[in-house]
Amino acid sequence: MDNNLKETVRVKADNINFFYGSKKALNGINMDIYANKVTALIGPSGCGKSTFLRLINRMNDLVTSSRVEGQLLLDNKNIFDKDVDVVELRRKVGMVFQKPNPFPKSIYENMAYGLEIKGVKDKKFTDEKVFESLKKAALWDEIKDRLNDSALRLSGGQQQRLCIARCLVVEPEVILFDEPCASLDPISTRKIEELIIELKQFYTIIIVTHNMQQAARVSDYTAFMYLGDLIEFGPTEKLFTVPKDKRTEEYLTGKFG
Amino acid sequence: MIIKSINTQRLGFAALFVCIIIALLVLGSLIYFIFSNGISSFSWTFFTDIPRKSMTAGGVGPAIIGTIYLVIGSIIVALPLGVITAIYLCEYSPKNLIVNIIRLSVNNLAGVPSVVFGLFGLAVFVKLFNFHVSILSGSLTLGILILPGIISASYEAIIAVPQSLREASYALGATQIQTIGRIVLPAALPGILTGIILGVGRAAGETAPILFTAATFYARTYPTSIMSDTMALPYHIYVLMTEGTHPEVQKMIAYGCALILLILVLAVSGIAIYLRQRQRRKYG
Amino acid sequence: MKISEKIYKNTFMVVAFSSLVFLTGIVLVLFIEGLPAFSVTGVLSFIFGKSWYPTSTPPEFGIMPLISASFVVSVGAMLFAIPIGIGSALYIHEIAGEKQKMFLKPIIELLGAIPSIIFGFFGMVIVAPLVQKLFNLSTGQCAFTGALILGVMAIPVVCSIAEDALSVVPRSFREASFALGANRWQTLWKVIIPAAGSGISTAIVLGISRVMGETMTVLLVTGGAAQIPNSIFSPVRPMTSTIAAEMGEAAVGGTHFHALFAIGLVLFVITLILNMIAEYIGRKYRLKLGLDV
Repeated sequence: MDNNLKETVRVKADNINFFYGSKKALNGINMDIYANKVTALIGPSGCGKSTFLRLINRMNDLVTSSRVEGQLLLDNKNIFDKDVDVVELRRKVGMVFQKPNPFPKSIYENMAYGLEIKGVKDKKFTDEKVFESLKKAALWDEIKDRLNDSALRLSGGQQQRLCIARCLVVEPEVILFDEPCASLDPISTRKIEELIIELKQFYTIIIVTHNMQQAARVSDYTAFMYLGDLIEFGPTEKLFTVPKDKRTEEYLTGKFG
Repeated sequence: MIIKSINTQRLGFAALFVCIIIALLVLGSLIYFIFSNGISSFSWTFFTDIPRKSMTAGGVGPAIIGTIYLVIGSIIVALPLGVITAIYLCEYSPKNLIVNIIRLSVNNLAGVPSVVFGLFGLAVFVKLFNFHVSILSGSLTLGILILPGIISASYEAIIAVPQSLREASYALGATQIQTIGRIVLPAALPGILTGIILGVGRAAGETAPILFTAATFYARTYPTSIMSDTMALPYHIYVLMTEGTHPEVQKMIAYGCALILLILVLAVSGIAIYLRQRQRRKYG
Repeated sequence: MKISEKIYKNTFMVVAFSSLVFLTGIVLVLFIEGLPAFSVTGVLSFIFGKSWYPTSTPPEFGIMPLISASFVVSVGAMLFAIPIGIGSALYIHEIAGEKQKMFLKPIIELLGAIPSIIFGFFGMVIVAPLVQKLFNLSTGQCAFTGALILGVMAIPVVCSIAEDALSVVPRSFREASFALGANRWQTLWKVIIPAAGSGISTAIVLGISRVMGETMTVLLVTGGAAQIPNSIFSPVRPMTSTIAAEMGEAAVGGTHFHALFAIGLVLFVITLILNMIAEYIGRKYRLKLGLDV
């Protein structure tokens, strides 16, 4: 925790409990997530890492009969407060999903969607934002000549980078990655990982992954979760080399998971 | 023992084969008879002229136009109601009492005999609302008749839109109505279209619901407004066969009408089935 | 949720209730317009009365001949439709290859899309004369011909619902049977059909309900004599065709007019009960296989 003091906390989880119906899925989670860093959430299936991630942009709102307790502070404002506009929140907190999910529309329409729903009519402004985001997502050179093609005709890896670019258009501050490489081949995976590292200079990034090597490669901080508890949280290097908790060590060495 | 069971299997499979052949033969012979007898009536005047010489000559133009009006009218009635019901069932309502009530109503409405729709239309649209026997009354009646079909086709199409697309849209800051209007409905459109086309086929061929609400025995002119009563193809066949004065001549005209109707219904249903199969392949 | 979102949600909910409104409306209309007939004749003598002479003086409104005609024709139709419909479903599901399926299923569906007036017309001009010659009758327009044509019309209904029921039988049942050395026929007969049995029976119930509601076909091919049939070759007048044929002549507001609505009510109740039975069996079937209802 040596250099933590210099860093700004962007997202702070304060004693979060989460229930699906009567089943408790998260157990008093406390966690600080730092600005312009990549934080990885790891742990075996069902440990609650995706559930936690989806709280940060309130995707859990879509799940009926779920309930949350505690506070999740984004820039010191509790996102569960009644006066928080969930639409505003989701513009601030972008999300990239497990399976690439481009809309069955053209590449350009996919990119412009975020602005369109905001009511932006200025074509020039939209163009600028779209092009800029495609460049940021390192996709521009590959697709600049076929912006009007269907996004479904891109390869899986390109689709996922398009989804990343699509979420950049609305200028988020935090980006959530929910196992973004789960359905991709190693080369595409490598490209996405490079992109994540590239993007952290502009955004705060939280990534859920099954793949411990991936966590080690891309993240600055890692949180290990198990059965709804946060077992251990710390700088990635430390957590991987000298885990404090026995369960973390067992998970990292492949004894379970 | 083994040989015996193999023989039973052969026999059994042959019996099933006969069943499907009978079904195909029936369809084939129906199409054959109507086609071979009906085609001789086809001519330009048959499609465009009004019936002449107490329906033994001339054409069936007003019946064709009347059927088209009724089909368009019933789609206008059923489409918004059907799609919005399906949206509500898929997107808004959790599994609860309301949904069960709506589902039960839709299922049971689908099972109501078509002549009962005719009675309903007669009592409510013709008499109570005073729309008289008119295209309006007929369209409303037919619209309610095809509503359950439109609902279930739309429901299937909307529920098949992958949840991941909705999540992507919400994650970009879209509201629910934006997500429905810009992502879900466009993606479901082919399926909804299939439902509409099947509805067209159904509305074009139904006779009992328009007997007392829209159809008229004979019209000298084309319908002029939605308040006019109208001739219609299926009703015209019925009239020719039951009230005809010159059975042999009028039978051939009825064949012609039946052929138009058959071609129309087979074509639209064929298109709908094709679209649906293509759609299913797309989502796997 | 924002206010505008709430407005959408509530508007959609109101619209979604339209089916319920129409269904309720149908029930109300049938009661309001039909009850006066009961009050003239009494419910029991209306339903069980043996003579239907609505236009003679004094008129008689007993609909037993019509009800029995509906049942004779529908049950007869199912005698054709059940073996052929279920046999076709079994063929499509068990024997046909992918290519045949791609061809057969749409064809069966097309058969189901053909309007009843066309079947009625076909039955009247082609089948009825044939039946007349074959059985040496005075007229071919009789219960038998009606049942034959309605049976054909019910094939697609029975076939597609039975096919649905077969398709949800878990693959593991089949594999277990094959693993025990059963051949395809034995597996079909001893494992799959029993497993799908209640699902297939919904096909039969819905088939009857659908057939009983058919109007134009029976209007054209069953002959139209309002008498309790004494043979399958008697001309008969089912409930649906009575309504369709006589509404035009009945004076609005007269007893005959109300009696036709009362027939509609009886018809509606019968089909409603059949549909409910089918829904109940189907629901239990899906639950038994562990599927969503």
